[in-house]
Amino acid sequence: MQDAWIPLALSLKVAGWATALDIVLGVAAALALARWRSSLRDVVDALLTLPLVMPPTVLGYYLLVLLGRRGPIGAWLDTFGVRLVFTWQGAVIAAMIAAFPLVLKSARSAFESVDPQFEHAARTLGMGEAAVFFRVTLPLAMRGIVAGALLAFARALGEFGATLMIAGNLPGRTQTLSVAVYSAVQAGDDHTANLLVIVTSVVCVVVLLVAGRLVPQHSLLTSR
Amino acid sequence: MTLTVDIRKTLVTRERRFELSVAFTGSCQRIVLFGPSGAGKTLTLQAVAGLLKPDAGAITLGGEPLFDASRGIDVPARERRAGYLFQDYALFPHLNVRQNAGFALRRRWMNPRAREVAREVDYWLDAFDLTSVAGSYPAQLSGGQKQRVALARALVSEPRILLLDEPFAALDAGMRERMRRELSDLLARLDIPMVLITHDEADVAVFGDQVVQLDQGSVQEGERYEGLSARNASR
Repeated sequence: MQDAWIPLALSLKVAGWATALDIVLGVAAALALARWRSSLRDVVDALLTLPLVMPPTVLGYYLLVLLGRRGPIGAWLDTFGVRLVFTWQGAVIAAMIAAFPLVLKSARSAFESVDPQFEHAARTLGMGEAAVFFRVTLPLAMRGIVAGALLAFARALGEFGATLMIAGNLPGRTQTLSVAVYSAVQAGDDHTANLLVIVTSVVCVVVLLVAGRLVPQHSLLTSR
Repeated sequence: MTLTVDIRKTLVTRERRFELSVAFTGSCQRIVLFGPSGAGKTLTLQAVAGLLKPDAGAITLGGEPLFDASRGIDVPARERRAGYLFQDYALFPHLNVRQNAGFALRRRWMNPRAREVAREVDYWLDAFDLTSVAGSYPAQLSGGQKQRVALARALVSEPRILLLDEPFAALDAGMRERMRRELSDLLARLDIPMVLITHDEADVAVFGDQVVQLDQGSVQEGERYEGLSARNASR
């Protein structure tokens, strides 16, 4: 069981951080895109959606070029003693970028489906823009955001290609579940592979069950 | 309280171009903007509330400018203290009746809690016979109840003027008659000036102390309702 426990804990840690960062960045970007009136909007949206359609290895290569010690961002971070390549934090970056479009897409459509009438109503009742957002817009978009966040978590948990390229496959340090399955199969260790696959499947089922519970009750009562 | 509106706004969509050019001075407690749908009634009301920014012109309420394009004045909707009753009420679907009614009491980023008690809220829930549904969500309410919640929500914010957008259009015929009478009595008691917009002549008969007739984006100088308003005024 020890063989599965360490990569599972690491996977959950990496996917958890990646999802948390995605929620903050994805919601902010989704709101900006939903409100922004410009012809550049579609271009920016396409660029931000790129990680969804690009092969993960290509994504990983980009990250390696940018974040490696000789890359523009990597060199700058190196002056602070921060290194992302071959670390679990590097895996977080890979998973975060791979899963980002899932939060962005669902949050944006959730924001765009909020009837502006509710925001108007809040304004006539004396609310400033921040209060309108936190008390009306965000709660009404919450279902879509939660759905996107769960998809992102599942995607981050399963991240393989980009993670392998930037964080490597160091058992106990950067070897996440999906990478560990690959290693076990390559090594002909069927027992470990079976265990890891079952653990992964159980985790995914639990995520989906939790998802069902997280959606607030009152949204089931509304017709919209 | 005198409401002066003199605004222009051009709206362009792919299909059509709409010119709104409305000017009237309302000095009665009850002003009705009357006209067919598409006449620009809702746009005018939204401009008074601060939800629509006119291209040019001015709006003043009780001598105080709410909007003046030439002087660069545009008081934000949140500071105009105009209670707006939306056509389909726009009750917040994620909040129960009590939270909806008390929405304006808190200015911070958090909604009132589901069971939070406030004196003003209890007063209006009681006055509108809504205490029994205080914990219900808008989707569970009847049309008449929704309208009363929307009114309570607007009144708790202590508005200087009530703006009513087709308040009876979403109700069935029998209910419409009853709510019209109830609202009329209530407004008489509250002593808050109001602007009501409608395409229904029956509303004009009950609420039209002063009638402004709109068609295709501008005020019609019709003689049609003068007799009617004179009769109401002398009552």
